Amino acid sequence: MLLRRGLLTAGLLALTSMLLLAPSAALEPGSIGGQMTDEAGAPIAGVEFLITGPNELEAETQSDAAGNWAFKIESAGQYFVTINSESLPSGVGLTEPDKVTRSIVVFKLETAPPPVRFLTGPGPERTSNLDRAMQLTLDGLILGVTIGLAAVGLSLIFGTTGLTNFAHGELLTLGGMVTYFFNKLGLHLIPAALLALVFAVVVGGFLQDRYLWKPLRRRGTGLIAMLVVSIGLGLFIRYLFLYVFGGSKQQYLQYSGQAGWQIGPLSLTPKATIGILIGIGLIGLTIAWLLKSQMGKASRAVADNPSLAAASGIDVERVIMMVWILGAFLAGYGGIMMGLNQGVQFIMGSDVLLLIFAAVTLGGLGTAYGAIIGSLIVGLFIQLSTLFIPTELKYVGALVVLIVILLVRPQGIMGRRERVG
Amino acid sequence: MDWTFIFQQAISAGIGVNAIIFALAAIGLNMHFGYTGLLNFGQAGFLAVGAYTVAVLVVNFDVSIWLAFLAGIGSAVVLALLLGIPTLRLRADYLAIVTIATAEIIRQVARSVSLREYFGGSDGITGKFGKDFFDLNPFPNGLSLAFLRYTPNDLWVVVVGWALVVIFVFLTFLIMRSPWGRVIKAIREDEEAVRSLGKNVYFYKMQSLILGGVVGAFAGFVYAISRQSVQPDNYSTALTFFAYAVLILGGAARVLGPVAGSIIFWFLLVFVEQVLRQAVANDLIPNWLMTPNQVGQVRFMLVGLGLMLLMIYRPQGIFGDKKELALDARA
Repeated sequence: MLLRRGLLTAGLLALTSMLLLAPSAALEPGSIGGQMTDEAGAPIAGVEFLITGPNELEAETQSDAAGNWAFKIESAGQYFVTINSESLPSGVGLTEPDKVTRSIVVFKLETAPPPVRFLTGPGPERTSNLDRAMQLTLDGLILGVTIGLAAVGLSLIFGTTGLTNFAHGELLTLGGMVTYFFNKLGLHLIPAALLALVFAVVVGGFLQDRYLWKPLRRRGTGLIAMLVVSIGLGLFIRYLFLYVFGGSKQQYLQYSGQAGWQIGPLSLTPKATIGILIGIGLIGLTIAWLLKSQMGKASRAVADNPSLAAASGIDVERVIMMVWILGAFLAGYGGIMMGLNQGVQFIMGSDVLLLIFAAVTLGGLGTAYGAIIGSLIVGLFIQLSTLFIPTELKYVGALVVLIVILLVRPQGIMGRRERVG
Repeated sequence: MDWTFIFQQAISAGIGVNAIIFALAAIGLNMHFGYTGLLNFGQAGFLAVGAYTVAVLVVNFDVSIWLAFLAGIGSAVVLALLLGIPTLRLRADYLAIVTIATAEIIRQVARSVSLREYFGGSDGITGKFGKDFFDLNPFPNGLSLAFLRYTPNDLWVVVVGWALVVIFVFLTFLIMRSPWGRVIKAIREDEEAVRSLGKNVYFYKMQSLILGGVVGAFAGFVYAISRQSVQPDNYSTALTFFAYAVLILGGAARVLGPVAGSIIFWFLLVFVEQVLRQAVANDLIPNWLMTPNQVGQVRFMLVGLGLMLLMIYRPQGIFGDKKELALDARA
């Protein structure tokens, strides 16, 4: 009697525990199945399963509104159930993402096999492709403006002096790093950024041209020699930054952990919004300067034909100085914006240097408007390409496009059709 | 300060594996930049292609290493064609941008997670893929001469490496004396003039790009075999820039320029590094100014500064001839 009661209790215990583990997965004999729930125990509907088994069985099924799923089997044997983890809702993932397949051995059709269980936990946020595409477009615009700020300067310098400046990325780093330096000294970010811009203009623009490039032009140094000089300069400055500031990525003291705005499917931080608006404003002012001001017109004349410009009374050296100052200012601001959005590091500028080159070449070497359009295309392309290719390869995609463009339209999108050979 | 030790280290570096790798890379660059005037900033890509072809084929596909070497040369040729076809008709700076971009593409693809099973991601490929090569080693005991100490394998790599350098230097010497070499040098001086003589400039440039690229692939072979591993970040643009520093230091458009440049470059680099290290260790340089970790960074700064100053004050390098260098991109 006692023994029977014991058995009964044990049986009840086993039953309750089974019920607890699989709340309503009352599996009928002759089928395999289970229930999908999230961490909190709420059922998950619409999860897809692939079932393979004896006699080349291959079938699919889905969990219903109660999270239950089941599949009628016709013979005993070994079955494999594979969950389609893509069909899990956004924010839910498998606790063991690598183990998507379970094996079940059914010895007898008459007894119900244990339910197949896949444990879930927090997983990657998945949004619809359209929402993602919209967010990526926004990110691409921000990246495009950042690249554009540097590309305009690079393009103007190339146009007026012929220098392919491999140290231009360091102007971005200069803006970001010096801002961080003043910020760390105790200044609020905004005055620190303004001071850094002054520093970028004076050191990166004025002094760089006055004491490095102008003397080189005077000596009649060849363009390739100057290109190699810029490589040496870039290497030197990059490691000087590493030497002074160390290798780790740093955040500004203010605005670093800013909460984002959620506008429909888009999320955006206020700092990025203000940053990009100022950036667009600066680019707009630069275009207006090029089109309207006497100096801007002169700079286009110098880009077109330096000796003719000099003959018509334009002070070529003054124009070049102005272009350097403008280039350093825009790139410095771009660096501050980059630092605001993703932190500052000694390598931040040289990391995007090739993208800047890609943008400038894409738009047409030496044309400022082309550089802007090229930058937007490069920025959008890089971000949107992650819809189709792994994120880590997004820069590769942009560089491949650069090469393809050179194949079909070497003068770039905005470049004049002329022989560039 | 232990000056004997410093000099021993510097001399070992000057004749060591790194000097061989950079001498070979710079011999290839010399063909491109020195003789033809091609701005190839993707020499690292040629090294990477050579090294990775060997490592992938031997480790993952069990191919014989000799076939893998041949495949490596083949990949360098293909890479040169890919680079040359779109750009060699264009102005020199286009080639610069495309080559540097391509070298970056190669590095990033090699280190990508998605292709990890072939290229090993950022860890690269490690394995005993030089076994067939080391089996031929005729030096079972290595070498211990004064302060120079080589294990048998190291000695074999160094001997074969310098032999390769000698062969390629000799080939450069022969080829530059030939009619082909004169056309190549004429292209550097005045492309239009050569074209007007009825020469197909495009084909000559392409041949030069292929030849220099193949020498670069050999540098990659030495890199991979000597370390018995390939790592993507070893083939970054910094490698190309170092190779340029080596070439310009020794003298571009000089047969022995890359070799002399490489030996001097590595001697100086290690000399300065060791001096700094000892100065920091002996408190001759205070710690607030430089920590042992920063010595490597100062090394890079000096290379950058050296490259700049050389190009400004002595663009022909130590052994170069100024008349040989009429380099200018913008016609």
